Amino acid sequence: MINPADSSALRKIDLLVMGAGPAGARAALRAKASGLSVVLVDENNDAGGQVWRPLPDGFGRLPGIVAPVEARDGDALRHELRQAGVLCLFGHKVWNVGSNLRTDVISPEGSVSWLPSALLVATGTTERVIPFAGWTAPGVMGLAAATILLKSQNMLPGRRTLVVGCGPLLLAVANGILKAGGEVAAVIDLASRMDWLRTLSALRARPDLLWQGMRWQANLRLAGVPMLYRHGIESVVATQAGFDARVQPVDATGAPVDGAGRVFSVDAVTVGHGLVPGTDVTRLLRARHYYSADIGGWVAESDEMGRTSVPGLFVAGDGAGVAGAAAAGAHGELAALACAHDLGRVSQQNYALERTGLLAQRKQPARFGRAMAGLMALREGAVAAIKPETVVCRCEDVTRAEIDAAAKEGACDLNQLKAWTRCGMGPCQGRTCGDVVGALLALNVGSRESVGYFTGRAPLRPVSLAEVAGQYTYADIPIPKAAPL
Amino acid sequence: MTAIATPLGSTLDYDALVIGGGVMGCSTALHLARGGMRVALVDRGALCREASGVNAGTLTLHMTRAALVPYAMRAWQMWMDSDKWLGMGVLATQAPGLTLAFTPGECELLTLRAQARREQGAPIEIISPERARQIEPGLHPGLLMAGYCEIDGYASAYLTGRAMAYALKNAGVDIFENCPAESIDSGDSGHVVHFAGSQAPLRARRIVLAGGVWIENMLAMLGVQIPIKVLINQLVITERTRPVMRSVLSVANGLLSLKQFANGTVLIGGGWQGDGSRDEGGIEARPQNLVGNMRLAAYAVPALVEARVARVWLGLEAETADALPIIGDVPGVANAYVVGSAHSGYTSGPFMGRIMAQHMLGQTPDLPIFNPARLMGMPMPIA
Repeated sequence: MINPADSSALRKIDLLVMGAGPAGARAALRAKASGLSVVLVDENNDAGGQVWRPLPDGFGRLPGIVAPVEARDGDALRHELRQAGVLCLFGHKVWNVGSNLRTDVISPEGSVSWLPSALLVATGTTERVIPFAGWTAPGVMGLAAATILLKSQNMLPGRRTLVVGCGPLLLAVANGILKAGGEVAAVIDLASRMDWLRTLSALRARPDLLWQGMRWQANLRLAGVPMLYRHGIESVVATQAGFDARVQPVDATGAPVDGAGRVFSVDAVTVGHGLVPGTDVTRLLRARHYYSADIGGWVAESDEMGRTSVPGLFVAGDGAGVAGAAAAGAHGELAALACAHDLGRVSQQNYALERTGLLAQRKQPARFGRAMAGLMALREGAVAAIKPETVVCRCEDVTRAEIDAAAKEGACDLNQLKAWTRCGMGPCQGRTCGDVVGALLALNVGSRESVGYFTGRAPLRPVSLAEVAGQYTYADIPIPKAAPL
Repeated sequence: MTAIATPLGSTLDYDALVIGGGVMGCSTALHLARGGMRVALVDRGALCREASGVNAGTLTLHMTRAALVPYAMRAWQMWMDSDKWLGMGVLATQAPGLTLAFTPGECELLTLRAQARREQGAPIEIISPERARQIEPGLHPGLLMAGYCEIDGYASAYLTGRAMAYALKNAGVDIFENCPAESIDSGDSGHVVHFAGSQAPLRARRIVLAGGVWIENMLAMLGVQIPIKVLINQLVITERTRPVMRSVLSVANGLLSLKQFANGTVLIGGGWQGDGSRDEGGIEARPQNLVGNMRLAAYAVPALVEARVARVWLGLEAETADALPIIGDVPGVANAYVVGSAHSGYTSGPFMGRIMAQHMLGQTPDLPIFNPARLMGMPMPIA
């Protein structure tokens, strides 16, 4: 076993790309083409990320069935990576990154450390759920979780599913359910029809995607699925057959307003209130971040090439601020190009030329993606409406009331709130609740900037002591000299 | 240090202003306020968010410097009673404390160190591996000897700030968070503390420097040079895991602290060093020390190998040239005091604040204080 304690075991490389979704995979391809030594690491079993999710090991597609466009795009990407001979470490979990960019990876064979000259973080997003009564019940799951079930295993979330939240994933998941033979009870959207219409001019930037969206809408209408705009979910109550899910009309901020609610009897609820950029690595490495609700919340500061405030550290794709899968590939390539440039591996002339081309390539899809991101932006009224008894941090069972009480006692930033309530201390380390808790605390004490974000720390994924410690005897433990007596 | 041109007299805001809201600063402020003074407490960040809030919470005599055992024993009781004198607890829990020896060399060290602490009043006895396993069945079979002390346990250090804030507010102490002190003007009648940012200067008859590893910088504001060493301690917490232990564990040389909290999480510490500095704080764990610390923990309690690490972080511990606290008058500056830099400072912290306050209130401290003047001009030994 190679462990990070042994510096001679460090594997040096030009670029390590973390995350093999559209941004990371395209970055690795571009880096390889530019002559960089590159390694692409992902905890999944193959490339594709969430949008082009690979099938599980041992699964295949039935012959004679036309694969959906995303599956075809994903298969093409995976094929291209193999053709190009990109070194891919799938089923590998990055658990720590040092300030020299040393990247500690748990592989199926044990712990390995890489020392890249540059690190590109393309780890995408985490789904946001604004908590409501019953959101932690089994059978209530994220839109992203439903997507995984549908895309990778053709599984339905339930027989009759309520699809709740905001943004384009509502349509994607509802259509996926119909296509897989399930029933959609209704689609409940925080946005109004007008909100959608306002995005039209931006959506025209990608007629193909606009057309896909319109087809999804038409499919749902054809199937007679009710679409409730400007509605949110109030509660999910378990019944003998499944759930009674109560929905209610809301205003533009997501706050409930007077009006007739409706109850849907279902056996599954999929819910997602937007995507939050994954900033675990950039927070760990103390890059500068800024808050922007329209692109998902806190993100690392970066230039158009993905350079962060930390030398050698790059970000690309939705993790750098939500702009959608279609824009992520060019973003990844821009970062790889910048990396090649900064390492002196591409001429100034070629850099300028390729940069111009890629920026142009990214422009229209990013315009489309940003419009979609706007639909998914956090709606403060929905956060303000969380009931006192509702659990917000599901790892540690911390309720809204406990968060408010700590704020009233004087907790004024997110890390202090965490210490006072254990909110964000559980296995997910705040990845699930952090954005909503930040918004809740900001309602009490001021801006999101003053509230801040959870300090980033290792491990980036939980690792067992066995995985870190490896095989050893007592003599292998480098016990330091004794503390003063 | 500039003399103040005009007498402060009637314009004094406070009888005492404490700079540094860790456990010693908070305890000092609280005891001063209860002694009748008008007190303010300022911190550059939030209360107890440095060492006092991020340490391992071990309340042990096994790792306390022998000379500080009498202090730690009194402080231990204060922690156990914290819900009484603070009005809010920190989940202080009594648990048996064991120090483990796995080699003949460690047996010798353990015997020697237990003896020194016993002479200072710590009820530590040397026990057989069989007896140790009766107390803690999950111990490694290779154990040769253990030190045992029933006065041991732990708190959840992250709750310290909340409990202190609650007590301080009830005692009428004014708390100023996110106010970094930038300079201090001192004169015969008192001090004016200036802050970075928008906070207006505060005037007080007395000031107390209670800034942990940053005491060195604070003393420098008064023109006093006392070197303070900075230890960058690594800590590891696991996810909730099945019950694997019920005691607080250390090893003969003190480089392990291990306990499982009621919620099932296991905290691994002991002072393995990470990277960081006084200016930048704790930056990152050193991989070899992280592996070493985890190996030692999983060696002591083999069942721990299955636990998953949820978080690794760092806390800054202060140490003086003689590894004893500084508690007393700032040399050469009237009405200026300093409290801090105790080894295992969290364990003894609340008591150290109490004796600092007793000294300032003109009372006889329960135990002798530690005159900072002894360290003037003393070189810092190489770590």
